[in-house]
Amino acid sequence: MMWAILRRDIALLLGGGRRGGALLPVLFFLAVAMLYPFAVGPDAKLLARTGGGVVWVAALLAAILPLDRLVEPDLEAGFFDQWALRGLAEEWTCSLRILAHWLSFAVPLMLATPIAAVLLGLSGDQLLTLEMGLLAGTPGLAALGVAVAAITAGLRGGAALAGLLVMPLAVPLLVFGAGSLLPGGTGGIALTGAVSLVLVALAPFAAGAAIRAARE
Amino acid sequence: MNASEPFLSAEDLACRRGDRILFAGLSLHVGPGQALHLAGANGIGKSSLMRILAGLLRPYAGSVARGGALALLDERPALDTHQPLGRALAFWARVDGTAHDRLERVSDNVGLGDLLDVPVRYLSTGQRKRAALARTIAQGAPIWLLDEPLNGLDTASVAMVERLVARHCADGGVCLLASHQPVAVPGLARLELAEFAR
Repeated sequence: MMWAILRRDIALLLGGGRRGGALLPVLFFLAVAMLYPFAVGPDAKLLARTGGGVVWVAALLAAILPLDRLVEPDLEAGFFDQWALRGLAEEWTCSLRILAHWLSFAVPLMLATPIAAVLLGLSGDQLLTLEMGLLAGTPGLAALGVAVAAITAGLRGGAALAGLLVMPLAVPLLVFGAGSLLPGGTGGIALTGAVSLVLVALAPFAAGAAIRAARE
Repeated sequence: MNASEPFLSAEDLACRRGDRILFAGLSLHVGPGQALHLAGANGIGKSSLMRILAGLLRPYAGSVARGGALALLDERPALDTHQPLGRALAFWARVDGTAHDRLERVSDNVGLGDLLDVPVRYLSTGQRKRAALARTIAQGAPIWLLDEPLNGLDTASVAMVERLVARHCADGGVCLLASHQPVAVPGLARLELAEFAR
């Protein structure tokens, strides 16, 4: 039962279908990495010093792109009600959605990061730290995304509001994640992972409560 | 009463939407083989009552008890609109553990056997209703809650729904259906929601 739901979630978020695919956030992410050198100039030292931070900001923005199709379409179509009738707690279905969101946005993003690293002139060491940081931080971004998408589902202008809500809440991930790129800052990866774990642990409950509240 | 027999009962239910009490003091009991028609005008609270009975909405007062799994049909089919009907139904079959041949039989019963390749978004209102009905029936739950199952259906399909409900009850199932239209099912009890309106 869980497997069937997870497979549908992944197919919905990853595949084209009617809701747009996972390719769009990746292209957006690469476009930011491509445009940044145009904006600040071709100074290799400056690019290498700031490039990691730009990748983190781009990753955050790419995580926000699919927010409006994370929860609301299924809530409107009655899927969450039907799952609840089958005795599946909203916390479960939201956990599956977090996993599916992470698989469909973070994994392609991490695969695209080496390309972004080349565009920004990052060194191999920096790329490794960046990938480790993204691995630690993106589950938190995915959890945050699903929780905020559930809270704003059904609100008018929910999509814009969701983006606004995610950004301040993602600040700790961004600070520790980007901070890990500073010389001697690799401890930041552990802190990113810690923030991520807290978010992953809390988000299913927040999202579940939001979906139940939306029924009233 | 045998513990394994399906039933659905409600005790002294009240429902509040916003500042308005829609109905209060409503009690009902539907046992195996029984069907109940919730009747009333638009906005009287039929759908709210259905959602309370399904456990999706908290009643303002009172309690609901049931024995057995429950299937709900409401205005939202919960089928992926971009998928062909067959695959959209197959998703729920996988969730419910419904066998493939049973799903095919149910699809034929509701007259959708020829439309399984058609994407759900191309189906007409009545066809979507029947698709949702197929999903509800294929779930295999002994208790059916059908909220306006006849909306958008032609005369032949209405007769088909009545036949399916009668058969479900003859097999010992429980069925509650809310409709503002008359429903012809043998032995169908009727509950006028207006009697409990405030």
